[in-house]
Amino acid sequence: MADHKEVDALSGTATTGHAWDGIKELNTPLPRWWVLVFYATIVWSVGYWVVYPAWPLVSNYTAGVFGYSSRGDVAAELAELQKVRGAKSTALADATLADVEKDQGLLAFARAQGKAAFGDNCAPCHGSGATGSRGYPNLNDDDWLWGGTVDEIHQTITVGIRSGHAKARENQMPAFGRDGMLKRPEIVEVANYVRSLSGLPVRPGSNLEAGKKIFAENCVACHGDDGKGNAELGGPNLTDRIWLYGSDEATIADVVTNSRNGVMPAWEGRLDPVTIKALAVYVHTLGGGK
Amino acid sequence: MAYAHAQRSLTIGEGGLAAFFVVTAFLTLVAAAKAEDAAFAFHAYLGAAASVAAVFAVFNRYFRTPELPPQEIDGRPNYQLGPVKFATAAAVLWGIAGFTVGLIIALQLAYPALNFDLPWTNFGRLRPLHTSAVIFAFGGNVLIATSLYVVQRTSRTRIAGDLAPWFVVLGYNFFILIAGTGYLLGVTQSKEYAEPEWYADLWLTIVWVVYLLVFMGTLMKRKEPHIFVANWFYLAFIITIAVLHLGNNATLPVSAFGSKSYIAWGGVQDAMFQWWYGHNAVGFFLTAGFLGIMYYFIPKRAERPIYSYRLSIIHFWALIFLYIWAGPHHLHYTALPDWAQTLGMTFSIMLWMPSWGGMINGLMTLSGAWDKLRTDPVLRMMVVSVAFYGMSTFEGPLMSVKAVNSLSHYTDWTIGHVHSGALGWVAFVSFGAVYSLVPWLWNRKQLYSLKLVNWHFWIATIGIVLYISAMWVSGILQGLMWRAYTSLGFLEYSFIETVEAMHPFYLIRAAGGALFVAGALIMAWNLWMTVRSGEAESAAPRAALQPAE
Repeated sequence: MADHKEVDALSGTATTGHAWDGIKELNTPLPRWWVLVFYATIVWSVGYWVVYPAWPLVSNYTAGVFGYSSRGDVAAELAELQKVRGAKSTALADATLADVEKDQGLLAFARAQGKAAFGDNCAPCHGSGATGSRGYPNLNDDDWLWGGTVDEIHQTITVGIRSGHAKARENQMPAFGRDGMLKRPEIVEVANYVRSLSGLPVRPGSNLEAGKKIFAENCVACHGDDGKGNAELGGPNLTDRIWLYGSDEATIADVVTNSRNGVMPAWEGRLDPVTIKALAVYVHTLGGGK
Repeated sequence: MAYAHAQRSLTIGEGGLAAFFVVTAFLTLVAAAKAEDAAFAFHAYLGAAASVAAVFAVFNRYFRTPELPPQEIDGRPNYQLGPVKFATAAAVLWGIAGFTVGLIIALQLAYPALNFDLPWTNFGRLRPLHTSAVIFAFGGNVLIATSLYVVQRTSRTRIAGDLAPWFVVLGYNFFILIAGTGYLLGVTQSKEYAEPEWYADLWLTIVWVVYLLVFMGTLMKRKEPHIFVANWFYLAFIITIAVLHLGNNATLPVSAFGSKSYIAWGGVQDAMFQWWYGHNAVGFFLTAGFLGIMYYFIPKRAERPIYSYRLSIIHFWALIFLYIWAGPHHLHYTALPDWAQTLGMTFSIMLWMPSWGGMINGLMTLSGAWDKLRTDPVLRMMVVSVAFYGMSTFEGPLMSVKAVNSLSHYTDWTIGHVHSGALGWVAFVSFGAVYSLVPWLWNRKQLYSLKLVNWHFWIATIGIVLYISAMWVSGILQGLMWRAYTSLGFLEYSFIETVEAMHPFYLIRAAGGALFVAGALIMAWNLWMTVRSGEAESAAPRAALQPAE
């Protein structure tokens, strides 16, 4: 360890005189630009503290001369948004559903709002394009379990299906097989009969007459004499070749055996009334609305 | 097999350590017997097995070493390199494991089917496995290896403690084992970068205090009048991590025999503690610690003096004073009070130049030796790491500005920022240090192949560029899509549409990650061949580095 100062030949700068495991240090002064920028950031920060909330005090904090607060920021942005949405938003709140669909400007507005709400609330089950998937209805077709008028759709969104809402849409298909109401051969017979309702081929040798009789005794109350369903009770139409869970014999037999009780949440209380209205209009005008 | 009869009595250290492990063996067996969940029982059995092995190892050494290793041989310090070697090898292995898990989760984000619908392989468990493996297992072992090496060499003295350095290295890696297996089994306290549960935290506390004692003890018996700059940074890292660890892991276990605990802090206080910890894990683990590496290995490798002693001292104190305040910038636009957000942001801005002080000192140390970058890919790796350090320490303050943060927060931009620091800075400077250390530790003349280092350098660099540019684009795209409004005043994109838009970038990111893993495998092979078949260095101890060929 040499403690005398030596000068580094390459840079012409003196070292500090120490060496650690052969490593020396030059005594280069601080780069001027580095010092200046460092000071500038400090000055800028002090300025920022003056104008914005910054330092905690005993029971308060320095509020800053701009009077800024994040909450105020949010309120201002929301107010700005309301201004953009403007009079149409108020009109949508006041109009009846039928009126909304008659007014082209209001309709376009409601559909825009409905589309945005649909994407973040409904798409997880019904799909981004509302085409549904197994167990989740397609909302583009004209098959509606609980009715396809705009008012019926509005009601379904508001209260949900088997959602626990006091006015939820409720029905329950019995589990005919599991609860011993029908035997396995009977279930196969009625499943084939149900397939025949929409013209699907049936298993060779199926006894459709027997199936029809079983259907008449067990299913018509909800699905109707002709199997065309009953939207009042939420009984699906079985004749339209639109299937929620699938049309093959095994799937239908499984539904008859164990039943299905899909759930849709109630959106009342989760979305504001205007958004629900917009959603109803959006879904109704997707193409399948009645 | 006949043991030589020990010609000495058991040292206090040996006796104490053996007694300590007898107690932990007993405690862990009781814990295993009374365990309330399977994961806790598994960890208790691991603890018992490790304790018994430790007792055996202590006595085995006692009977096999008739004399304790001397402090000096022929007037030269007798450096203790065993723990350094172990930590270096562990770093390489954990690194490859951590990078690989990172690649897997990158692919899971692109193809969710790769979660395989199994609890052990889902993203939620593998993600902390990745972050902990790369930060704490890879980075931590690099820091322990280099710090224990550098503090000895720059203090010209054998490390303090006899078995203590081994306790630190092995104990730390046992913590990693408990943490990692815990994640896979679903044991987590759900605090980012502090996921290990209370018993793992407790163990780490013991190990870390011993680490601090070993490091300080070595500094105290140094043969140099001054403490070398790298050691300031290492010491700041060790002390601050201890404080952060204790503050953020204040938990109350549900039962002394179960893995679950609840954090003492509530609500926004917990969030503030979490990001005070989280940000300073970046600041003191991934920045200060690795600056310590830079301050030794770059001048050593470049054979040039450090550019500016004054800059090193000013930027050191400025860095550690300012960094500790910056955590709230992780909580902009949340329930955190506005004043705390302001302080977090302004201190991040003021941190810019102190951070860059390290970059200036790293890069300018090369003045007069730039030509070495052509011939020494190891040095090139470290210099590029300093460049990445400069880039990400500019980007960090930028992203802490509230207006920028409102766009960048919660997007992939943050992921890109973290990885430009993690891959570009932390990993590259670590690779450089490991490439330097291995020949020194195993007494080899040089690396097996500099050409392979070159390949590693280029493959990994391309990987990093792919990774961070993909994340920049996807992050900014994501942020813009989230805030896009239609002319009527409604959100333009649903969340799922923004996810779909990310897909191509996730593929590019995964490709970058694959290249990075490939580079690390090349490194592992190169190091293995260096140790196995490298030419031994001539008898005289290394005086200076071999000039680059």
